[in-house]
Amino acid sequence: MAKVKTLADLRKMKSELQNKIQLRENAENPESIVQIKVGMATSGIASGAKEVYNFFTEEMLKRNINGITVQVGDMGYCYAEPTVEVLIPGKEPIVYGYVDLAKADQIIEKYIKNGELLDGIIPPNYQNINE
Amino acid sequence: MSEYKMHMMVCGGTGCRASESDIIVEKMKKELEHRNLEDDVQVVITGCFGFCEKGPIVKMLPDNTFYTQVKPENVTEIIDEHIIKGRKVESLLYTDPNKGTKEPDSKHMDFYKKQIRIALRNCGFINPEKIEEYIAVNGYDALGKALVDYTPEQTIDIIKKSGLRGRGGGGFPTGLKWEFAAKAKGEQKYVVCNADEGDPGAFMDRSILEGDPHSVLEAMAICGYTMGATEGLIYIRAEYPLAIERLQIAIKQARDYGLLGKDILGSGFDFDIILKLGAGAFVCGEETALIHSMEGLRGEPTIKPPFPAESGYNGLPTNVNNVETFANIPAIINKGADWFSSIGTKKSTGTKVFALAGKINNVGLIEVPMGTTLREVIFEIGGGIKDGKKFKAVQTGGPSGGCLTEKHLDTPIDFDNLIEAGSMMGSGGMIVMDEDDCMVSMAKFYLDFTVEESCGKCAPCRIGNKRLYETLNKITEGKGTMADLDLLRNMSHVIKDTSLCGLGQTSPNPVLSTLDNFYEEYEAHVKDQKCVAGQCKSLLKYLIIADECVGCTACARVCPVGCISGEKKEVHLIDQSICIKCGACMDKCKFNAIELI
Repeated sequence: MAKVKTLADLRKMKSELQNKIQLRENAENPESIVQIKVGMATSGIASGAKEVYNFFTEEMLKRNINGITVQVGDMGYCYAEPTVEVLIPGKEPIVYGYVDLAKADQIIEKYIKNGELLDGIIPPNYQNINE
Repeated sequence: MSEYKMHMMVCGGTGCRASESDIIVEKMKKELEHRNLEDDVQVVITGCFGFCEKGPIVKMLPDNTFYTQVKPENVTEIIDEHIIKGRKVESLLYTDPNKGTKEPDSKHMDFYKKQIRIALRNCGFINPEKIEEYIAVNGYDALGKALVDYTPEQTIDIIKKSGLRGRGGGGFPTGLKWEFAAKAKGEQKYVVCNADEGDPGAFMDRSILEGDPHSVLEAMAICGYTMGATEGLIYIRAEYPLAIERLQIAIKQARDYGLLGKDILGSGFDFDIILKLGAGAFVCGEETALIHSMEGLRGEPTIKPPFPAESGYNGLPTNVNNVETFANIPAIINKGADWFSSIGTKKSTGTKVFALAGKINNVGLIEVPMGTTLREVIFEIGGGIKDGKKFKAVQTGGPSGGCLTEKHLDTPIDFDNLIEAGSMMGSGGMIVMDEDDCMVSMAKFYLDFTVEESCGKCAPCRIGNKRLYETLNKITEGKGTMADLDLLRNMSHVIKDTSLCGLGQTSPNPVLSTLDNFYEEYEAHVKDQKCVAGQCKSLLKYLIIADECVGCTACARVCPVGCISGEKKEVHLIDQSICIKCGACMDKCKFNAIELI
């Protein structure tokens, strides 16, 4: 095992290792980062939500966006599966329907990075008692 | 390699392991592999989450779902439902005992809402057996900072300014202690970590060592740098096998990375740490006794001065700090003295870890800012008293502390307030008692412990505590007199004033504080021969209610000493002089014809 010789070495090592536990640190304060919730009930998975979920977890990291991707249950908009809810700190949560990989890419590039709204927003049709 | 999408954090503390958490981990790994998910989900063995009441704990990240009392047979359900289908396993969620609601994740639990975790910052967050995870959370950066950016004097100043006080019980300012050790002259100096946690019901030091051993190693190295010591020793009791194992792993990893050993981080500073195992004697928590035990002598205290800072281990300057004190150090260096002193109260800065035990809903380990009230700790974080019973008292500081009652509930907890209230911080054990607990018996329990643990070197402690115990025993047997109550008080003061070390100087505290707060209970034992809590067997009386007894003879047949007499279909009678108060008759009687007074 390589010895850590200087403080700079230690800090370099830290930044390399940090990725591995980034998810845990993010989970501590989910409100302060981008949260993506992918509806992954049976119908969602059948329509390809699993691929979308994998895409988000991998691409967010690659594109250096600090966020977490969570799988959640059925959101109720089964006609528009796969559905994805995006929460950006300080903004109202937005649900996108019919999210395929191309759409997911747009969500990251346009909505998350630049705040541009995209087509395919599903207006909320219920209130959640948790909120 | 691909990045993990989920982390399953499984508590690997002693409590959860006793409930098979290690088997859970094995099974998780196997089942994940079976479903080709081993690259998506990481299983992490962590230190204690603190919520020991409901262990084993499994926390799912990133959604913070908090599963309690998980059994190996639940593993497949968690994987199939939570991981594959994204549905929470409702039956394993924590149910709030007061509200009756299921809590979806740890962010919603009252238990965690008021806590600030400094000493426990990495417990439940990293794998204690992997130095890489500790480095990833900024580990050893404080050591590097001290070595590169600060002189030893500057480092001591930061600790002094932070206001950190010894968490082992005494509450002595840590920075000052380091300064004394730094100023002392000697060809070799030693840093000692006191991990001889001995209070009944306290397990914070064990949990820190099990959950985050590197933070203690790092702090010891920082301390060594400030005082000019190159050797560190951890005195730990052999009854903590898991903590010892994790420390050994941690020390080896730190040496492999060059974070312990020669020329640390190229600064020219050498420091290494070894373990010294103790046999688990309470008195060895006292620093002079601890040092003697490490030297291979009997664990007996000696008079201070000389303080260990001048003449400690092998007669050389030694600084002894407690585990929790050390665990705070890296955080203080990293975040600064002002940050630390902004938490807590003016004279007691920072946080304190408490081990909640006794008749409380959420038994476990918590860390709250100093100045939090007992009410918040017991009723909000602790979830209140078990089975809806009434709160009676809480014993803080273990056998050296005292009991606090309802009137103290709104007192902010800090070193000075607790002493003023007749108790002490001690190492942070909190044993909660309800209406069914007898205060005289409680005092007797602690004296029994002290008598057992007294080293016997000085007469007040050796003989005095024994006499205190005997007097208390006499009272619980209903043979006490009012003069005994005065005797208890006088003797307590003499023992406190004349004992050699902290053990004897504090051991009468449980007696004095119960005399102060529950005098009427002592009186009832003596004058009315009554124990209101119904705990003192000798004072109980089983009586047959003549109007209810149908003469079925069931009680007479079950009585192990044959003290119940009476003809069939006639009222029976208990001979009180023979009765051993076992209660078998009362359990057996189908007509509720036996009462206990």
